[in-house]
Amino acid sequence: MERQDDFEQRRKHLKDLTEKQLEERFWELCEKLMDPIVDMAAVHTSPSIERSVLLRMGFSSIESKAIVEKAIDKNLIHHGAGHLVYKLARTKGMEIREAGLKLAENELWEETSSLFQGGAK
Amino acid sequence: MDKLKKNEKINVPEILKDLENYRPRRRHWEWRKGQGEKRQIGKFEFYDTSENLEQYEALPGGHYFNNIAPQPTSTITTEIASGRFEDDIRRMRMAAWHGADHLMVIRTAGQSHMDGLIEGTPQGIGGVPISRKQLRAQRKALDLIEDEVGRPINYHSYVSGVAGPEIAVLFAEEGVNGAHQDPQYNVLYRNINMVRSFVDAAVAKKVMAWAGIAQIDGAHNANATARDAWKVMPELMVQHGLNSMFSVKAGMKKENICLSTVPPTAPPAPCMRLDLPYAVALREVFSEYKMRAQQNTKYMGSSTREATVTHTLNLLISKMTRAEIQSTITPDEGRNVPWHIYNIEGTDTANQAFAGMDGLTEMLEIKRDKGELADKVRELKERAVLYLEEMLEVGGYFNAVEQGFFVDSGYYPERNDDAIVRHIDGGIGVGTVYDRAEDYMAPVTAHFGYNNLAQYGPEAEKDPSSLIGGGTFEKPEKIIFIDELDEVDNVYTRMEETKDFREKNIVKPEMEWLGDGVVQTTMFLPTDERTAYYAAIEVGKKMGLEEVEVIHTEVLQAAEGTRVEIKGKFQHVIDLDTLVVPPAPEVMTFEELCAAVKAKPMKIVAATVGQDEHSVGLREVIDIKHGGIEKFGIEVHYLGTSCPIEKLVDAAIELNADGILASTIISHDDVHYKNMKKIHDYAVEKGVREKLILCAGGTQVTPDIARENGVDQGFGRGSNGTQVATFLVKNREERGL
Repeated sequence: MERQDDFEQRRKHLKDLTEKQLEERFWELCEKLMDPIVDMAAVHTSPSIERSVLLRMGFSSIESKAIVEKAIDKNLIHHGAGHLVYKLARTKGMEIREAGLKLAENELWEETSSLFQGGAK
Repeated sequence: MDKLKKNEKINVPEILKDLENYRPRRRHWEWRKGQGEKRQIGKFEFYDTSENLEQYEALPGGHYFNNIAPQPTSTITTEIASGRFEDDIRRMRMAAWHGADHLMVIRTAGQSHMDGLIEGTPQGIGGVPISRKQLRAQRKALDLIEDEVGRPINYHSYVSGVAGPEIAVLFAEEGVNGAHQDPQYNVLYRNINMVRSFVDAAVAKKVMAWAGIAQIDGAHNANATARDAWKVMPELMVQHGLNSMFSVKAGMKKENICLSTVPPTAPPAPCMRLDLPYAVALREVFSEYKMRAQQNTKYMGSSTREATVTHTLNLLISKMTRAEIQSTITPDEGRNVPWHIYNIEGTDTANQAFAGMDGLTEMLEIKRDKGELADKVRELKERAVLYLEEMLEVGGYFNAVEQGFFVDSGYYPERNDDAIVRHIDGGIGVGTVYDRAEDYMAPVTAHFGYNNLAQYGPEAEKDPSSLIGGGTFEKPEKIIFIDELDEVDNVYTRMEETKDFREKNIVKPEMEWLGDGVVQTTMFLPTDERTAYYAAIEVGKKMGLEEVEVIHTEVLQAAEGTRVEIKGKFQHVIDLDTLVVPPAPEVMTFEELCAAVKAKPMKIVAATVGQDEHSVGLREVIDIKHGGIEKFGIEVHYLGTSCPIEKLVDAAIELNADGILASTIISHDDVHYKNMKKIHDYAVEKGVREKLILCAGGTQVTPDIARENGVDQGFGRGSNGTQVATFLVKNREERGL
């Protein structure tokens, strides 16, 4: 878009505000713009987020990547990759690492999938 | 590892040992301490300093003032990332000794597009591949270095790109204390999908917040990208505001959020008049946030001198407003990946300027409430508010990006239709964002967003990682350390190649990597710029350099000539076993000198000879208050400047002096040596040469050449009264005078 500088026109509703009020308005607007994005972020995830969960659970970057890729393939990512590992371990009485490594090696996915009822949302 | 010793190199191979078991001592950012109190340092009371370092290298001029190194109130940043982290460790130590306490590592080209973490230690391009091993090695080195200099060092890199959350976790685990994080940067400059970028950023920020990692945003890139940087000021405030708000909402404390702010312009633009109102407006709107000031780089060329002046003017803005973190830009950034010497120059520029401006705001203040600055500050705030209002009108942030709001060169609300436009269904990583299901769960600490822990009981809700017996944040021993993945491209291969420089007694010039051989040479060629450019390359080749490149040219006058700077690779090594190093000048102690003079009094005649009005150097060598030879009881008759040779020698005869000190600064056409010869000859003519001790000194005096020209000793740059007195006493003894 091309537009001349129409600042004098646009500022009419601001010209009587104090600078303090301008600053408050600045922050209110920032909040209004960011709130919906924060809300969106809170209910979504991504491969990197899920890998970051697995890292925190004690998996290497390579293992995390393998688990997340397969979780996406199996349409199970929505439950959380860490959740998959946790629930599998708990159900089968395995250690967390042991369960995750099986998943990274492309094993036990059917069992995992059944724990989450076929990957439905 | 053992503590570092000042006169011993840091042992990089030793740093690399046993890394799998190394744990960082802290995660969080550390601010300097001791601000807000006056501090006596050397002979001066300083108003604006922080705690002194225990060990340091002073500024070049420090020796005039008892070698003091006042530490500014701001944290001082330098960016060190040559592509070989092992060599950067040595540079980090040098920078820390010069007062840098925020060491920033730029990532290798392309890392922000890498979907995952890098492991091992491959060589980087224009930066360093950030990996767990590399971070751990540098953190381990920095822990030793911070103990050595006596101040915490903040280690810093980047949480951006498509692996942000993982990198944030890695940083929290490995003790990285500061990081760039700004989803807008990904969107605008890395073309990463905007939804992915913000979804990832929320998690990354939450992790950073938990670890106490200080965040620096990415708004300054708009200065560097927009056509006319000074017109993007309203947008800069908007970008800072959006990232700050998003960060707070993700859980970050305001005191850990630092705005990356750059004065938008540089001379010969009237930069202070443009940049200062902006700096004031920004600091007022963001009064609860920290400022990380960096110099303007948009208008930086290959002149290191010009970059340094811009830097200094920008430092004046920091001083007159505030900057909790003062970044430094290496003055060679406009010509190559920064070299060792320029990291130190940039750091020294900040320290020198801040020391020089100490207490300035006690005497000067900004005319805040009336006049041009006051009007501009208000105008900028209004323009920023209008910008945000229009973003809301068009439907919010994502729509605004799609409609080309950002990095347009117009002075908002002006628009020039040259913005960076990104689409919500485009960019790297598009389609990789997934809904969290109702039972979505992540059994870890510091996870942002919806997390259905209730399904596993109240204990899980309180402490998610209790489900797995603690994660890596609670139990670092759970971290899986990967050493190397590439058998060839790793630190061991590189260090094998440079082994001789560590293990043998040899040395080679170096700018960034051990043994790189790089040198730079400055020359003037009396010809036009283009001819000079090519002639300079031939000069470099004939000097024996390889890979000669011109790194800077500057016309002095179109026909008369050009300044050219070249770099090239020196092809030899210097064998230190066969190198002849002349012994350091011997000095007697204060007591020995005083005793010798008391036992046998000494009288000296001194003057600056020839048509030469310099007096400072000689006065320092003589005066008792400068630690000169009078201090030891030597009687000095000072005849002033521009003293004829004959007058000086005649005075020595008349006063029955033991010796003469002749100062000679002007060295044009070797006049300094010619004067020494004249003194000698005149003394011979008068029949007094044998009973007089003749000494000559000056900044351009080389002792050997001085002696060849008839005097008994010459004293060059850096000489002092003790050295001169020692010579006088010893020479008198040796000659039985």
